[in-house]
Amino acid sequence: MANYSTNEFKRGLKLMLDGDPHNIVENELVKPGKGQAFNRVKVRNLKTGRVVERTFKSGESVEAADVMDTDMQYLYNDGEVWHFMHPETFEQFGADAAAVGDDAKWMKEQDTVVVTLWDGVPISVTPPNHVVLTVTDTDPGVRGDTANGATKPATCETGATVLVPLFINIGDHLKIDTRTGDYISRAKD
Amino acid sequence: MSERHDWRPNAPLENLKKRARILQRIRAFFAEHGVLEVETPGLSAAALTDPAIDSLHTRYIGPGHAEGLDLYLHTSPEFPMKRLLAAGSGPIFQIARVFRQGEAGRRHNPEFTLLEWYRPGYDHHALMDEVEELVAPVLGLGGKAERLSYRSAFLQFADIDPLQASITELREAAQRLDIGDFDAEEDRDFWLDLILSHSVEPNLGKGGLCFLTDYPASQASLARLNPDNPAVAERFELYYKGVELANGFHELGDSAEQRKRFEAELAERVDKGRERPPMDERFLAALEAGFPDCAGVALGVDRLVMLAVGAESLDQVIAFTIDNG
Repeated sequence: MANYSTNEFKRGLKLMLDGDPHNIVENELVKPGKGQAFNRVKVRNLKTGRVVERTFKSGESVEAADVMDTDMQYLYNDGEVWHFMHPETFEQFGADAAAVGDDAKWMKEQDTVVVTLWDGVPISVTPPNHVVLTVTDTDPGVRGDTANGATKPATCETGATVLVPLFINIGDHLKIDTRTGDYISRAKD
Repeated sequence: MSERHDWRPNAPLENLKKRARILQRIRAFFAEHGVLEVETPGLSAAALTDPAIDSLHTRYIGPGHAEGLDLYLHTSPEFPMKRLLAAGSGPIFQIARVFRQGEAGRRHNPEFTLLEWYRPGYDHHALMDEVEELVAPVLGLGGKAERLSYRSAFLQFADIDPLQASITELREAAQRLDIGDFDAEEDRDFWLDLILSHSVEPNLGKGGLCFLTDYPASQASLARLNPDNPAVAERFELYYKGVELANGFHELGDSAEQRKRFEAELAERVDKGRERPPMDERFLAALEAGFPDCAGVALGVDRLVMLAVGAESLDQVIAFTIDNG
């Protein structure tokens, strides 16, 4: 397994710490003028998403994590496992609920998402920042009322619920920001 | 088609103008105080032995040295300035570009500007007064600087006595402070540096200048030990907003003691598998010839400018940093 020295540390580098793959978020050299140099880093656990601080002695080596972000097509969910396919090799990967997390609700079959593989196994799935989903259920639309900012819940084809303006109807296509879960606009077909 | 290079300075011109004004102000300060500006070589056949500071290495080939001469870029102008003092220069200062291997980041750049000055007849207390007189107005600070001993600072911010605690206790303190879990084999100064840099320094100089004084004897570097308490050295550092700005000594003038410290540092370098540069024999000879009782200090000009303009990183006050050089 490859190792990285602290001199190779930079944002985005993937390390194995405490048995889990981590991603460097921030790296800083800390050194008293006449003293020992340290690298103080913020790392994100790629399985849990938790960010922690760690300190390394400068010059130390740390095991690299074999982690790859790959664009894949979302195929279907069989009730337990979400299935994805590599668009070039056609190799298929199954991700469990822990890896897919809450973001499952933004994925439509055939959508392209980023699957993070660790030692060949999906550990997280990231949908595109913006997706377009169709409304399957909401209260009837109220015409002309766009100014007062009032909202109502709308359920989409994937099961996700978003707050939308009152004029939205069943069958409308919504552009949604998956990072915040916010409605952005109506999308043309 | 050629790649388009980003040629622009990384620091805003406004900050570079402020930097120029601060340099003018420093020179005016020393002119008023009767301190002579000097220049000493950036290249030397000898180098610092300090195990925590590495020198960059180069080679001169030419007249006088057909076979080549190994040279080190200076990490501070300390040794030749002390040779000038031994030669009777009186008070001197230098604004020097210095070089350090392996140091780059928000608060570090491998080359940086050091203001170093020496005051014959001063001890470290008198020199701290002068440092404050120079630095406080540059930072727009009034009031009196705090003076806090290394021991008090550790007790206050890390709840550990840096002079009395065993290595095991220092290691436990680091674990309690959640700042790192390292091998038990690390030496005492490693743990002190870890706790200093992670738990103590961020708290220093929050409201104004803070001098950290009375360093442990193991970190005396080129300072005298306190004759009344040889467990501590007559060394100080200046902090503002958690940033280390200056390091000063009541200078060690004893050449035999200095040689002993150099040898111990070189032995430590061998232990750690580090480069073993030649020690500066000309500097030791100058101490032996008779060195005036004096205090000296080195101040990081880039960091001073950074704090004066309210920037968060050195790339805002150095025109071209290492990645833009």
